[in-house]
Amino acid sequence: MLEIGLGHYLTVGAILFVLGIFGIFLNRKNVIVILMSLELILLSVNLNLVAFSAQLGDLTGQIFSMFILTVAAAEAAIGLAIVVIYFRNRGSIEVEDVSTLKG
Amino acid sequence: MIAGLAFYAFAAVLIASAVMVVSSRNPVHSVLYLILAFFNAAALFLIAGAEFLAMILVIVYVGAVAVLFLFVVMMLDIDFTQMREGFQRYAPIGAVIGGILFLELLFVFGAWQSAGQAEALRLNPAPEGVQNTVAIGQVLYTDYIFLFQGAGFILLVAMIGAIVLTHRDRLRSKRQDIGAQVARRTQLDMASVPLGASIGQLGILRPLPPEEEKPKAVTHGQHGHEDHGHGGHH
Repeated sequence: MLEIGLGHYLTVGAILFVLGIFGIFLNRKNVIVILMSLELILLSVNLNLVAFSAQLGDLTGQIFSMFILTVAAAEAAIGLAIVVIYFRNRGSIEVEDVSTLKG
Repeated sequence: MIAGLAFYAFAAVLIASAVMVVSSRNPVHSVLYLILAFFNAAALFLIAGAEFLAMILVIVYVGAVAVLFLFVVMMLDIDFTQMREGFQRYAPIGAVIGGILFLELLFVFGAWQSAGQAEALRLNPAPEGVQNTVAIGQVLYTDYIFLFQGAGFILLVAMIGAIVLTHRDRLRSKRQDIGAQVARRTQLDMASVPLGASIGQLGILRPLPPEEEKPKAVTHGQHGHEDHGHGGHH
């Protein structure tokens, strides 16, 4: 029970992933919390990669995890910039308002 | 034993804070719980033996991304109460989809087993007697150098994109605009005009400068017309 193996990490990663998906559905009015849910999902993916890397003694998982970290940071910066200019234009950050571009 | 207990403690706090991130009423609290979640994930990385990634997670996520989120949440003046509408409406479908996803992940996990030759198929086996940071550096700067530079390029593009998106010119400032000064149209165009020709025969020699210069150019044209008229009379 107290021996920590791959299964424990995968379970935590799966729960975290599902929580991130749930957060996207739950917070339809708030883009910032949706971005935070995306960060949770990416964190769960990182957790899986690191768990496999530790289990197999292979460094590739950690390398990939680092690149995912980089892309997540870039995505957060761009996403928050878009949120800021969207709020500047519309005065709200609701996701449903974005569909006004449909015409 | 200690590591097992620590794993359960950190995993429990991680999942609890993730729940609070998605269900918190106030986005500021969400960001703070996100920071807590990242700290606990870094602890899990430490238990798994990935020290370098744990430190990177704390530095990059807690130090940069979470603070960026905090800045944006506090900068935008958002009505938090109105933001909660539709919470009950979307909760069931989110729960259904999340439950299905979780069941599928459990199925995959139940039927999954490691390949027999997984040990032999390792791409970068962790070297013995070397710290995690050194081992990552030995792989990252040799085999993955192009991917590493690509990651740097992605960060550069993200930085430029964020600056371009949020930058706006302040129209009130009286700053010197050197480009406009250099590109300003000079008034010293030379033209050989035949004697006695009126403006009607010549056509307009000079295209009118745009906007502000316009009244000046019109008066100039009228002067020219008068001059030509005089010349013709003489």
